[in-house]
Amino acid sequence: MARYAIGIDLGTTHSAVSYLNLEEGKPRGPAQSMLPIPQVTAPGTVEARPLLPSFLYLPSAQEFPPGSLALPWNPNATHFAGEFARTHGAKVPTRLVASAKSWLSHPGVDRRAALLPWQAPEEVQRVSPVEASTRYLRHLREAWDHTFARAREEAGNAMAAQDVIITVPASFDAAARDLTLEAAKAAGLDNPLLLEEPQAALYAWLEAQGESFRKSMRVGEVILVVDVGGGTTDFSLITVRDRAGEVELTRVAVGDHILLGGDNMDLALAHTLQQRLTAEGKKLDAWQFNALTHGCRTAKETLYGNAAFTHAPLAIASRGSSLLGGTIRTELTREELDRVLTEGFFPTTPLTEMPRLARRTGLAQMALPYAQDAAVTRHLAAFLTRQAQALASSPDSPVDVGGKAFIHPTAVLFNGGVFKAGPLKARVMEVLNAWLAADGGQPARELEGADLDLAVARGAAYYGWVRQGHGLRIRGGTARAYFVGVETAMPAVPGMEPPVKGLCVAPFGMEEGTQADVPPQEFGLVTGEPTRFRFFASSVRRDDKVGAFVDDVEGNPEFEELAPVETTLPGTPAPYGDLTPVNLQAAVTEVGTLELRCLEKNGPGRWKLELNVRMKE
Amino acid sequence: MTDQPSLSFFARLWLALVCFWRIWLDRSFAQAVLPVRQADIAGRLPAGAPVESAPAPAPAPVPAPVPPPVVAVPPEREHASALQLLAMLQREGRLIDFLQEDVAAFPDEDVGAAARIVHEGCRKLVRQYFTLEAVLPQGEGERVQVPAGFDAQRIRLTGNVAGQPPYSGALKHHGWVATALTLPSPSPAMDPRVLAPAEVELS
Repeated sequence: MARYAIGIDLGTTHSAVSYLNLEEGKPRGPAQSMLPIPQVTAPGTVEARPLLPSFLYLPSAQEFPPGSLALPWNPNATHFAGEFARTHGAKVPTRLVASAKSWLSHPGVDRRAALLPWQAPEEVQRVSPVEASTRYLRHLREAWDHTFARAREEAGNAMAAQDVIITVPASFDAAARDLTLEAAKAAGLDNPLLLEEPQAALYAWLEAQGESFRKSMRVGEVILVVDVGGGTTDFSLITVRDRAGEVELTRVAVGDHILLGGDNMDLALAHTLQQRLTAEGKKLDAWQFNALTHGCRTAKETLYGNAAFTHAPLAIASRGSSLLGGTIRTELTREELDRVLTEGFFPTTPLTEMPRLARRTGLAQMALPYAQDAAVTRHLAAFLTRQAQALASSPDSPVDVGGKAFIHPTAVLFNGGVFKAGPLKARVMEVLNAWLAADGGQPARELEGADLDLAVARGAAYYGWVRQGHGLRIRGGTARAYFVGVETAMPAVPGMEPPVKGLCVAPFGMEEGTQADVPPQEFGLVTGEPTRFRFFASSVRRDDKVGAFVDDVEGNPEFEELAPVETTLPGTPAPYGDLTPVNLQAAVTEVGTLELRCLEKNGPGRWKLELNVRMKE
Repeated sequence: MTDQPSLSFFARLWLALVCFWRIWLDRSFAQAVLPVRQADIAGRLPAGAPVESAPAPAPAPVPAPVPPPVVAVPPEREHASALQLLAMLQREGRLIDFLQEDVAAFPDEDVGAAARIVHEGCRKLVRQYFTLEAVLPQGEGERVQVPAGFDAQRIRLTGNVAGQPPYSGALKHHGWVATALTLPSPSPAMDPRVLAPAEVELS
């Protein structure tokens, strides 16, 4: 029996750990706390901070004096994560691992291959996105154990013995979830649960509301969670339903994974100021540009925090010891802030304006698939209209879309550090309410009172409490339907590939802890030699049942092809054409991952397909 | 009487402050201090203990086991916390760079720009590690009463200091008092004299 519920927010730019004592028999108050995370903040200095910046620095052997990277639980640490990794890594980008989480969900690369820091020189010992995530999680586990389970008699307090809930973006596909779990296991956490971040944010809000939630929320409400963090933007829809007289929360839809966040915004401001400085004949080196980005963040907070200021001064120090001669002065004006940030990232656009997708140049640097369009509001419009179309054609839609151009949210919950800027929240509400008014709807209201930095970790810990039967649970299941590609039998035609059909193996909304047998179809499974499976997912095909065949999955915008599974299933190679007859079974584990099993027909053979081990070609 | 370098009043004040908070906040430090305290009570404090605070019970009849030679702590170790604070002020706010430069040679504009950097960094540091409060809560310029038996460390009388308390006067400066201090512990792996490393950029 676990003593604590521990929520881990493994974020793109920051991680945090919250916990509550399950034995105390109440959800929190001061009992739900944040774990102070000891981390290297300078050589020879270890300090505890509420957030662990998700940065990993891989130093060369001579770079720092021996013992200066020691952690309280590891005197011989050779690499470091956290605050100093971020600040020092800005000066040595080739040894800094950043955005590991975005790489973890990038289907275009082999996520188990040591490829970070991306484009590092040969001699740097690289790590894989999974390994980087493992190291952050191990740091958090060791910090916990150091704080709560140092003595032998405290062994029951070790993190591995608690209910650990790790949050993932709602838009993480089955593979990225699986890899997160793999990282957790490698970090010494055997049975963590996965929870979607927007759900965690809503749990944190519910917890803060207490019982008053039932008074303030009516059945039929549609809550839009807008989560803009340091590196990603995520949308989720959660609706309030009535099931047998009981209020129930159901997660209706999640958006695509959009690599766009607060870091883009600070960079955009820094580029704007840099252009002005260049015009004035002042050149910035990479380090100064980084300082400028940091300064822009502070200036942004100043201007958004006080409407009376027309500009915020900025000073960028020289690298050298002369502070007076080398300092570059500039300022961020409100006009620039509004133009670049409010209008650039949150423009007032009509609902019909969709995000730009086209690349402007034929060749692009191979890197993370960043969003091509910076306008969060256009991505939101695309999400709400796309989901409305999907729900309108669904016979048992949990939300009434009847004749509306897009899903009408009745309430909005903001999450992510970007929304510490009140004017940006106000802009999202303004744009959304303009769409609602134009479509004949009622204005949506904002759900107030979320702690934007810590809500996800806190909500995750609270989920541990909810799982024990307290409070309201958000039901959701898979946010996508999953299909396996089946090659259709056709006579060989030169130069023509046989078309691929999609067989639905896991329907949309399949709940944790359930499994589904794919009815009568029987497949021939190749064992004992390398073979390849193709998978497709769809966030809008809500009504395909298990076993349904879809003809045109290739090139269909409703489907997204996942990385194929290339594997050699144990067994003896059979002579050509002699395949093992199997039935397929899909299971969504308690943990929140998807498993595909091949069960030998009338035999004992069982094979598990691990989704997405190789990169997409 | 003592093998250790004598501690000045201010060094002892600093040490007391640092030890107080670290014993309070850092269990392992407290455990490290405990044997010293117990030895002090038992009168077995090694060289360096003031004799008058631990009266020896009786002269030892046999040659006492030679106490381990106490290595004099070099000054930079003794004041490691102070050096560390200076290093942090440099790291966060470039304070040493600022103080080492000749301000007179630059126009106010440049000094102002530099001051923003120093101010932002040092302010962040002070806020992070110290909890500061005014000694007197009243607004400056208001009339305040100074009772009999006031704490002369906390309140300094100026102007026409005469007569007996209680006094009544105008509050000129509300004073500052640190109510909490959370400096990180200096690492034995580091030379505290290095306030900022030289930076060499490889290309």
